[in-house]
Amino acid sequence: MSLDKPYKDVPGTTIFDAEMSRLGYHLNQFCMSLMKADNRARFKANERAYLDEWPMTEEQKQAVLDRDLNRCISLGGNIYFLAKIGATDGKSFQQMAGSMTGMSEEEYRNMMIGGGRSIEGNRSLGEKK
Amino acid sequence: MARVTASVYTSHVPAIGAAIDAGKTGEPYWQKVFAGYDFSKQWLKDEKPDVIFLVFNDHATAFSLDLIPTFAIGTAAEYTPADEGWGPRPVPKVIGHPKLAAHIAQSVIQDDFDLTIVNKMDVDHGLTVPLSLMCGQPQAWPCPVIPFAVNVVQYPAPSGRRCYMLGQAIGRAIASYEEPLKVQIWGTGGMSHQLQGPRAGLINKEWDNAFLDRLIADPEGLSKMPHIDYVREAGSEGIELVMWLIARGAMSDVAGGAKPTVKHRFYHVPASNTAVGHLILENN
Ligand SMILES: [Fe+2]
Repeated sequence: MSLDKPYKDVPGTTIFDAEMSRLGYHLNQFCMSLMKADNRARFKANERAYLDEWPMTEEQKQAVLDRDLNRCISLGGNIYFLAKIGATDGKSFQQMAGSMTGMSEEEYRNMMIGGGRSIEGNRSLGEKK
Repeated sequence: MARVTASVYTSHVPAIGAAIDAGKTGEPYWQKVFAGYDFSKQWLKDEKPDVIFLVFNDHATAFSLDLIPTFAIGTAAEYTPADEGWGPRPVPKVIGHPKLAAHIAQSVIQDDFDLTIVNKMDVDHGLTVPLSLMCGQPQAWPCPVIPFAVNVVQYPAPSGRRCYMLGQAIGRAIASYEEPLKVQIWGTGGMSHQLQGPRAGLINKEWDNAFLDRLIADPEGLSKMPHIDYVREAGSEGIELVMWLIARGAMSDVAGGAKPTVKHRFYHVPASNTAVGHLILENN
């Protein structure tokens, strides 16, 4: 019997389950390494060379170089791990979250001040706005 | 004997810690958040516990993907605030209570909950932000703290039901400890928020407030809510709210005692990406 994954139809959302965790193991462990100051320095000095020390896929490495967080997540990245890249870049959690929505930093901040993204129309892929 | 005197529930947004540490609490944006904790700071002074049992989650700080314990109890003498990538927060180190923690671990494991025992762990904003919100910026935290970490990073987190029953086991464990300690249990995280993907920024005020209502009046029914409801309605990171059910399960009414008194309730949107919820329940 297969596992029930009802969360697959939540729009704009990737749930970090065992399957994603398996795909993203090295990507996430690379992120974790950035919690050490000397690793951050080595990464910043030569990102490509640092990434090549990790058995990540080429797609994962490119997504990191591009700072494409949506792509990182689709390749098994988890936001709490990816946040270490943002910290290395001096980005806040709000800047990182906003970067995945297609909105500008200011638009995203204003949406949050205005009460956040509405749940209406965002529950499932089939829900009508 | 030891007893649970109260439970406290609060969000633990990292930006709140950053605002406190940078001295921004007076800014209008943050004032609206911190105003909700003025009562709580005074209340904590008046009702000073001997120990705080603090339920939180680690955010890829102490636990990487190398080790993912569903429930982990800290039995160490002390815990250092972690460097989460922005440098460690300038807050006091956290003093543990190894004797009570070890007692709870033994009791709860014998009560069929398979805890991981942790003797060395740095603690991240999940634990230190609630302390800052409730205590301000003291030289030392007011009492020892037992950190209790729950996995909510890799799906599935434990179910609400499991958390609620674990809370009951923790309540029994505390009640069987011989010293007459006043213990508070805190549940942290939430409320609605999503930090990833095109749906990031999701907030659901109605759902959050219904959650608070049910946590107070119908925790048993609330505990049966499936994971998918949290994810769909409160965002992928809203699932942190299952941790509140651990604290709620440890309250006396769940074991047949009197209903708790609601001492304080607060709700505000936003703090960064997140809806801030806060509740204090006192045992009678
Ligand atoms: Fe959290």
